[in-house]
Amino acid sequence: MRKHFSEYIEKNLADREDFIFITGDLGYNALEGVAKKMGPRFINAGVAEQNMIGIAAGMASQGYQVICYSIAPFVVYRCLEQMRNDVCFHNLPVYIVGNGGGYGYGIMGSSHHAIEDIATLSGLPNMQCYVPGFVEDMRTTMDEMFVRRRPAYLRLGLGKNLPADMQLVAGGAASQPTTAPQLTIISQGPVTGNLLAAVANCTQRREIDIFTSNTMPLVALPIAMAASIAASKKVLVIEEHISVGGLGSTLALLVNEAGLPINKFISLHAEGYPNGLYGSQAYHQQISGLDEGNILRVINSYF
Amino acid sequence: MDYKQLQGRLRTNILKMHYGAGSGHIGCSLSCIDIMTAILKFKKDADTFILSKGHAATALYTILNETGAIPDGDLDSFYKNATTLPAHPAPLKYAAIPFATGSLGHGLPLATGIAKANMLKGNDQLSFVLMSDGETNEGTSWEAAHFAVANKLDNLIAVVDCNGLQGFGNTADILGNTASPKLWTAMGFEVVACDGHDIEALAAAWQKLAANKNGQPKMISARTIKGKGIKEMEDKMEWHYLPMTEAQYASAQKEIQSTYGLDND
Repeated sequence: MRKHFSEYIEKNLADREDFIFITGDLGYNALEGVAKKMGPRFINAGVAEQNMIGIAAGMASQGYQVICYSIAPFVVYRCLEQMRNDVCFHNLPVYIVGNGGGYGYGIMGSSHHAIEDIATLSGLPNMQCYVPGFVEDMRTTMDEMFVRRRPAYLRLGLGKNLPADMQLVAGGAASQPTTAPQLTIISQGPVTGNLLAAVANCTQRREIDIFTSNTMPLVALPIAMAASIAASKKVLVIEEHISVGGLGSTLALLVNEAGLPINKFISLHAEGYPNGLYGSQAYHQQISGLDEGNILRVINSYF
Repeated sequence: MDYKQLQGRLRTNILKMHYGAGSGHIGCSLSCIDIMTAILKFKKDADTFILSKGHAATALYTILNETGAIPDGDLDSFYKNATTLPAHPAPLKYAAIPFATGSLGHGLPLATGIAKANMLKGNDQLSFVLMSDGETNEGTSWEAAHFAVANKLDNLIAVVDCNGLQGFGNTADILGNTASPKLWTAMGFEVVACDGHDIEALAAAWQKLAANKNGQPKMISARTIKGKGIKEMEDKMEWHYLPMTEAQYASAQKEIQSTYGLDND
């Protein structure tokens, strides 16, 4: 997504005088074009993420919209108080963009992972977090983010293109609705690719509704999602994020508040580092049960 | 011009607010009220000012009341429920308070960002920030300092309230003098030292620095006395925290009246 992200910036925003792009000293082989096109409005703040967000807030207070880029863990955790106090309290158009959310940086290790980022940020005042699953909804979330002009976090990962049998909807994407769904699956982010691979091998494919949800906090169940859950009474949630403060816990709350009867609700989520060992993104997904094989096993358990 | 009576009147108001609220942070506000007066009475409207040491909020509130940015009635609500004037400045309540502060180390990055924005726009607005000397312990102050130097932000004026005391001891005894002019000069700031209770000298200092467009960010190292104006409070750490008793309040007001010539009115 990083390449598509920088292409979006170059194509849509780089010429706009009201936009500033700040990097926390990262972006090799991705942001060179943005830097060239934006000239003095492209700023390298150095290895100083807290100051990056502070100066972004100062610049935003003077009328600029400011994009702050780093890898996800660095732009979320180090500068949390700056996001809360300087950006969110003042409702400023500062957009933090974190590349490699979830276990995206794999073997780089836990310092480079961001599996609690949504829990960390989505409760801040005025904040909106975006976790697109595909290149196509990365673009639509960026459209929304820049029109909204309020604090936001965009988590990027290795998202693929939207498959032909899914379509973009408000807040994500959805498969063609089934007439009598036996299972409603709601997924977030590029890990959706594992889900789709699993579903492709599932004999009950035509009895499953799939939704992706790319905006947090999710404050209400989308109508089509609620209708599917009401019909299936069975929910599977998939996210590359811890269970606390993520999509699964949010959906559990919303489903209960909506009074929807549920017969089975399973959350597949990032488990952290339960065996204390490290590996690729695919390895960590497997340890957390987010791999294609386990997802298929869990889906089959509903039938 | 003699600012003595203004200094006294603002101190009277600060004491009144703290006594009415039963609140501490008195010494902090008396330490920097003269600095704020020297900036806020003389800066251009478009220039921005951030109080980074947000715990000196009563000094900010009283001087903004003096300049007309905060109405009289609002001051009466200080520290009470449903107020726009809590113990540390709140966000989005007054145009003259662009940022809520209270957690230290935020003001310099914010002011640096404003200065960078002003420079990109090519305007002549100044970006002021008032910091405490203890606050320069914060790493963000150093991050912002290097950014300001690297970006040649000579429209940034940081004033440090150097009273030598911080939360739980003498600044020199804790991390050493992280606000040392030598350190900040070495980083690339243009630093001048000044009596932090001399309004004329302070105003002249920043005006001279602002006129010097040499690509260096500016700093005024303002020598101050915590609790300035009340002998019982001066240079005493405990007046970071203590509220006044009725007797202390009466005595303090009397001392201010006398010292600043208000009893001659």
